[in-house]
Amino acid sequence: MKRLIHLKVNGEPYEVAIHPYRTLAEVLREELDLIGTKEACKQGDCGSCTVIMDGKTVTSCLTLAVEAEGREIRTIEGEAKNGKLSPVQQAFVDHGAIQCGYCTPGMVMSATALLEQNPKPTEHDVRMGIAGNICRCTGYTKIVEAILALAEGGKK
Amino acid sequence: MTQAQQVDRKLSPAAGFWLRNREVLKKEFSVIGTRVPRIESKNKVTGEARYAADMKFPGMLYGKILRSPYAHAKIISIDTSKAEKLPGVKAVVTGKDTIGARYGLWRLREETMDEQGLALDKVRYVGDEVAAVAAIDEDTAIEALDLIDVKYDVLPALLTPEDAVKDGAPEIHEGIKNNISVNRRIEVGNVDTAWDKCDFVMSDTFKTQVVQHVPMENLASVSIFDSTGKLTVYTSTQSAYFVQCLLAMALGMKEGDIRIIRTFTGGGFGCKLELMGDAFCSALLSKVTGKPVRIAYTRRETFVNSRQKTSMKMDVKVGVKKDGKIHAVEFSTTLDGGAHHSYNVTTTMITGILGTLPYRIPNYRYNGRHVYTNLPVTGAMRGHGAMQPVFALDHMIDLIAKQIGVDPAAMRIMNATQPGDVKIPNICHVSSCGLQEAIAGSAERMNWREKYGKLPDGHGLGIGSYGFFCGALYNYFNTKRPYAECWVRVNQDGTVHIFTLMAEIGQGCDTVISMIVAEVLGVGLDAVTIKSDDTGIVTGDTGAFSSRTTMMAGNAAKAAAEDARRQLFIAAGAKLGLKVQDAFDIKDGNIFIVRTGESMTIAEAAMAHQNANKGAPVLGRGIFTPSSHLQEGTVVSPTWSFGSQVLEVKVDKETGQVSVLNSATAHDCGIALNPLAVEGQLEGSIHMALGYALTEICKFDDKGYMINANFQDYKILSALDMPPVDSIVIDTDDIHGPFGGKEAGEGLTIPTAPAIANAIYDAVGVSIKSLPITPEKILRALKEKEGK
Repeated sequence: MKRLIHLKVNGEPYEVAIHPYRTLAEVLREELDLIGTKEACKQGDCGSCTVIMDGKTVTSCLTLAVEAEGREIRTIEGEAKNGKLSPVQQAFVDHGAIQCGYCTPGMVMSATALLEQNPKPTEHDVRMGIAGNICRCTGYTKIVEAILALAEGGKK
Repeated sequence: MTQAQQVDRKLSPAAGFWLRNREVLKKEFSVIGTRVPRIESKNKVTGEARYAADMKFPGMLYGKILRSPYAHAKIISIDTSKAEKLPGVKAVVTGKDTIGARYGLWRLREETMDEQGLALDKVRYVGDEVAAVAAIDEDTAIEALDLIDVKYDVLPALLTPEDAVKDGAPEIHEGIKNNISVNRRIEVGNVDTAWDKCDFVMSDTFKTQVVQHVPMENLASVSIFDSTGKLTVYTSTQSAYFVQCLLAMALGMKEGDIRIIRTFTGGGFGCKLELMGDAFCSALLSKVTGKPVRIAYTRRETFVNSRQKTSMKMDVKVGVKKDGKIHAVEFSTTLDGGAHHSYNVTTTMITGILGTLPYRIPNYRYNGRHVYTNLPVTGAMRGHGAMQPVFALDHMIDLIAKQIGVDPAAMRIMNATQPGDVKIPNICHVSSCGLQEAIAGSAERMNWREKYGKLPDGHGLGIGSYGFFCGALYNYFNTKRPYAECWVRVNQDGTVHIFTLMAEIGQGCDTVISMIVAEVLGVGLDAVTIKSDDTGIVTGDTGAFSSRTTMMAGNAAKAAAEDARRQLFIAAGAKLGLKVQDAFDIKDGNIFIVRTGESMTIAEAAMAHQNANKGAPVLGRGIFTPSSHLQEGTVVSPTWSFGSQVLEVKVDKETGQVSVLNSATAHDCGIALNPLAVEGQLEGSIHMALGYALTEICKFDDKGYMINANFQDYKILSALDMPPVDSIVIDTDDIHGPFGGKEAGEGLTIPTAPAIANAIYDAVGVSIKSLPITPEKILRALKEKEGK
């Protein structure tokens, strides 16, 4: 039986009727049309579906939507504000940290959470912070560079 | 001359070469050679980019594919009645609902076309497509799959080439004796008489494994048949053109009645190149239901049911002179093709070519054979046909170097292919080549002379080299279209629209093609919009594979832009009082007469053209199709990239664990058109290739079922596993490439596996001849070594 739940995503309230076994990733993508959150394994291994819930990253494919009730969810769609990219997004663009782009939303969310929790991470901290996000294109090099540039108070 | 001096002699020219070309570059170009972030960055970083599984249409149904649980079986019967009755199910299709047509990439040779959209009479691997369901949601479709009753007559499964070629083994494809479907032979010089003239000869056997491409985006398609009977497919693909043509064959339609729209494509690396079950079954289901149908592959399906990389067993014999000069090489190679040909008709040939590319081999023989097995289909993957033989030969060189007391880097420089070399007459001719500089450059960057053979026990340095295509020329697909095609329209507001079919799959070709056009037309990238996703517009381009993008689509784009520029010049000339001796220049959005300095904007020139032509816009057209002259010289590729990589590793002798501490790669990609993108290709290549060398392997049980089709068990390197990546760009101004550019996407994956094997050999003195080089193999070898 479907259940009515209330979600707060990127500051906006939503009310959706879903089966309790639906994951947060499915609800974001299918019910709310927030397709920026990607699914690549649906087993919590690749990090493509990473969103921020109450300030911490979660793999939304392993989070039931009912668990997200009453929590603050942030997805990639909420990161650019008033047409301006977030510092992390801008750094990804400037450093060439994007190739096919499929891991990018999850990677940006992991990087954003990392920098919010630890504004001056070392390179090791950065690599640890994105170790749960698989990228098949970049070898992570330019992603790490982009995040480190922000960590050092560099290019915004 | 000592070996160290030989290395030294080559060091300074490398640096000089690089600088000289950089100087030229700065003067001539305004966009080419600058570091440009990809033009679709913002679409991707904001999450607004729509990939195939993100596409949604009113009334859309969800499709799922029933797959064979057996590696080899006859289909006795399929009962779909129960599934059809399940509420929410809109259609169930099987092989009987198809026209039974065979299709394949080698349309030039019909007998090689061995695929059908849905199995008709038999299944050939675990996962083969048996039936497909369309339902109102995915859950219902999955439930319906369970209700389809298939009766099989199980046949013996042939899971290795050794078993498949045995006399009396069942034929996987009818009429293919011993399951050997392709034999290719290459012979240069006289190998039989060459061995006697060698001072040292070594033979050994090398094996490479099956891996998967693992694009982060799984395959997906949405097919829409409309009421006129025409079909539109939104799909994640490297080649909209191949999908269009193969779908036309499989459905018995005209190509022109099928429109393929490539969505944002989240990587491909070779496994999204052909017609797969997602596109075929969604199209068939849409035809039956009259509704849009989406099929999105799971990760397991991408692993098992797209393509995998061909594993090879290579018997290699190498003979050298005492100074280290290679005199003769012989390869006998068996390719495990899995259940269908896919790209392996080509692979069986090019493996023989690409193995010879890095080094001069006066006497060379290659015998390659392709064997069908009851495993998933293998085919093209990044570094196609090169990673396997180069691993073997380039590791063999180090084993020989050790035996004859020659420095391995010096031995490579001594044998390196050089500009103008004819590798295989009429098949493989080299134009530009910076390999010697690359070997010297990467060795110097890693302090080879100080470090090689002198590092503490457990630490080692290894080198590998490579060469690769810049696009295949041989027309196996039997296309009647240009190899690449581009239109460039200059609008009266000064904006420029580019139309091409070259697939942006993450490698950056939308950006580099835009750069090429902007350079020719003297405009900034902000004036340019590119449309590259729709077979309904430009129809000629076989797609993103074989590292053909920059060379072929780039040349077509350059020609189209030059055609548009010519039209602008004519329109401007009429307005600006052109004299016969006058020359034009075009830059910063303006057209000048050089003599007088008179100018007008490109927008004004475009308007003038339209006024003089009843409103018809400036439209430049360009194609790239290799000339017969070029084909006589080099049937395989117009030109080749080259390069070299040096890695430093640490081997833990207790655990066998290999850590890669540092790397340097020197890449001759002609002129680096977008250095930021070239670096990105290098960094990504080394990541993928380290996985190939050390951790990645598709594992199957004794029934042919892949047991590690997920990211927990299939080991892709994480950000924590990566070494520092240092790149040295060796610019060679190639005559064939647009603005001198060559490929940068695939060649870079080739040198890593041999460099790893060689570094481990330097570190702990054991030679591992099968990939991946796991800790278990190293420990076993160390134990054997101690036992001796």
